[in-house]
Amino acid sequence: MSDEQDGKPPGDSPAPPAVPSAAPSAAPSDDEAAAKAAAKAELIAKAKAAAEAKKAAAAAAGGGEAPAAGAPAAAAKPKPAHPEEDPNKPVWEKDPVAPDWQDGSSDPLTQALKEEHGDAIESARSFAGDLTFQVRRDAIAQVCASLKTKHAFTYLVDICGADYPKREPRFDVVYHLYSFAANRRIRLKVATDEGTPVPTVCGVWVAANWPEREAYDMYGMRFAGHPDMTRILLWEGFNGYPLRKDFPVEGIDTGSAIYPEYYEPSAGPVAGTGTGWKPAKPPVEKPVEKPVEKAAEKPAGEPS
Amino acid sequence: MMGDMEANVLTTTYDKIFNWARRSAIWPMQFGLACCAIEMMAVLDPRHDMSRFGAEVFRATPRQSDLMIVAGTVTEKMAPIVRRLWDQMPEPKWSIAMGACATCGGPYRTYAVTQGVDRVIPVDVYVPGCPPRPEALLWGLLHLQRKIDRMTVAKPGERIVSPTAEGRP
Repeated sequence: MSDEQDGKPPGDSPAPPAVPSAAPSAAPSDDEAAAKAAAKAELIAKAKAAAEAKKAAAAAAGGGEAPAAGAPAAAAKPKPAHPEEDPNKPVWEKDPVAPDWQDGSSDPLTQALKEEHGDAIESARSFAGDLTFQVRRDAIAQVCASLKTKHAFTYLVDICGADYPKREPRFDVVYHLYSFAANRRIRLKVATDEGTPVPTVCGVWVAANWPEREAYDMYGMRFAGHPDMTRILLWEGFNGYPLRKDFPVEGIDTGSAIYPEYYEPSAGPVAGTGTGWKPAKPPVEKPVEKPVEKAAEKPAGEPS
Repeated sequence: MMGDMEANVLTTTYDKIFNWARRSAIWPMQFGLACCAIEMMAVLDPRHDMSRFGAEVFRATPRQSDLMIVAGTVTEKMAPIVRRLWDQMPEPKWSIAMGACATCGGPYRTYAVTQGVDRVIPVDVYVPGCPPRPEALLWGLLHLQRKIDRMTVAKPGERIVSPTAEGRP
């Protein structure tokens, strides 16, 4: 910005009153830069102080001296992060505090699963009291079966996918389970890539049929042993897997398969062009005689 | 003889009488795709009252309908069905693309949404809005009536053809 001002003739820019009518030299811009740097440093210092205050408050959350530790730093900040202000305040008026991920290996369920399946349970983490297991791909059906029969996780809530394009293997299949008996939710994750099918859990829960097809539809990971591994929401012949990170949201030649009589094989919506479709053929209509169209257009031009 | 009938005879043109009949009793198809259909229903209520314009008889079958109001988002999976319904409607027939989605895909520039119902059927009137107010749909209907008034029966089956995908402005 200062460069632009310097480049302009002084009379041309009446906006900055700080610069006098004298020819602009390097000095004002230097001053400005210095002021900016100072402001920046101040901001950084403020942010640091705030962060420290937050840390101190978090560390002392258990003890009673949290307000004392937080008070001086909080005074510098306009709004304290999580003030332990009024303990009588109802819970919904307090700022929400996101819990951290914790190690879940001490949980009885984790230990039982590890005893049973050994290193098929690759990791166990806990978030807000819900366990997440990373499960080895080939063991997922067995783990699910034992969770259902021995640990009363009778309800398969959903099967989702996740795409991490830079990770190897690229995809996660995520199983959400719920136990009515224990009122408990857990999550199982299986890492896979496009070429490696995941064993289906249709044999454990019949309800896995459609969610697995949906995961295949949206991400393209396969499920071995699935009774009907076809697309469920999109049509057969759809090009690509739309929930992958690298899928252009406008689609890739998706028109041809669904309107075979309307679009030629390579026509349809073109990726990246938005509304720039390639119409292969005009709509199936009777050929229009030109004179009639003109007759129809004529009154349109008249002022009504 | 001439003297007897003088008071009872009106002369007009075929076009005028046909167009009057056609535009005064448009039967739309009972068919909604998304939230615009709620506004389409509101058009029938006593406050807006589409029957003032003779278009209140929503038919549940395309075979008895003159007008297809495409009210809502046309998805790629729905588009062939819209086309089939259109093909099942007897001539003369008209269509209104109601709202941004039916006009051009609206906010959904995605793989799943047809970028305007004019990719699959010819459209006579585009009604803007998201969703359009009931008054806007009435505006569209009045425009359609004006359009029907310009038709001619000299060429049977002829209708004012809307621009195709190539001819779009």
